[in-house]
Amino acid sequence: MVLLTLLAVVVFGIMQLRNLFAVVILGGVYSFLMASVMVVLDAVDVAMTEASVGAGVSTVLMLATLYLTKTQETAPIHTPLLPLFVAVGTGVALVVGTFALPLFGEADTPANTHIAPYYLENSQRDTLAINVVTAVLASYRGFDTLGEVTVIFTAGIAVLMLLKGKRDVKPGPKRRRVRR
Amino acid sequence: MKLDVVFRIAAKIFIPFMLVFAMYVQFHGETGPGGGFQAGVVAAAMVFFYAIIFGLDAAQQIVPPRVVELMVPAGVGIFAGVGVVSLLLGENYLNYSPLGPDSPHGQEYGIILVEIGVLVTVTGTLVAIFYSFVGRGR
Repeated sequence: MVLLTLLAVVVFGIMQLRNLFAVVILGGVYSFLMASVMVVLDAVDVAMTEASVGAGVSTVLMLATLYLTKTQETAPIHTPLLPLFVAVGTGVALVVGTFALPLFGEADTPANTHIAPYYLENSQRDTLAINVVTAVLASYRGFDTLGEVTVIFTAGIAVLMLLKGKRDVKPGPKRRRVRR
Repeated sequence: MKLDVVFRIAAKIFIPFMLVFAMYVQFHGETGPGGGFQAGVVAAAMVFFYAIIFGLDAAQQIVPPRVVELMVPAGVGIFAGVGVVSLLLGENYLNYSPLGPDSPHGQEYGIILVEIGVLVTVTGTLVAIFYSFVGRGR
């Protein structure tokens, strides 16, 4: 509850601020709070990822981006009514959607009855891995993880193609013609 | 930033521990939280840290951009290669059982190899993106 209140405070801070540097730092704070929420929910692997990627790496990358652009957000040109409507609508839809979800930690839900008991009982015997998350990710669901790594690979290659090799573009004949 | 002695000394003390922590997260992933993805991010953060304190050129001398860009496909290759090896040893794709003396040990070795593949791709991708971002500002 304390964590969720702090999350709300951070979000309101981000909404109020116009200085993007402060927004990036508050984004890092948000990720750390989210990681704490994950620890409370006993999802330590997710918490670790959130803390290192969300608060660490992406904050550094955002700061590197700010170095290339302006640090002050320009005043909005449009009225904020449509974005407000979209945000509130999505929020209401998500909250309504949570009513259909089973309660947290309930025993007789499909997530807890289908294949999870098999993993919990047999993963150590099958793979000698004490951490069930690792056993599921790398062994039982190895094919999915291969797909995930391929996604990271594709994203990395795409970003590199966008960012690399653009600097030494010489002014072509087209631009010279315009100057004349 | 380059002249600030406090940052430089602190970085020199911190960076070896960050590398050890990354390796701990990597190879301890079977018994505790963590694994290739988290370890890869920590290892990439170590390179970021070094580049921020000592400058991009110093970082690129230790971790050359060429190596980093090769790491991006190499990790996927390791992961997919483990699958091919188990295929050649007469099992289904990515079933690690024939890699060891018995099935559980084969699974154990397979997980370790596959996690190394994840580590290599994640570290390579993050550091390559960081290099190209920071390199643009010059």
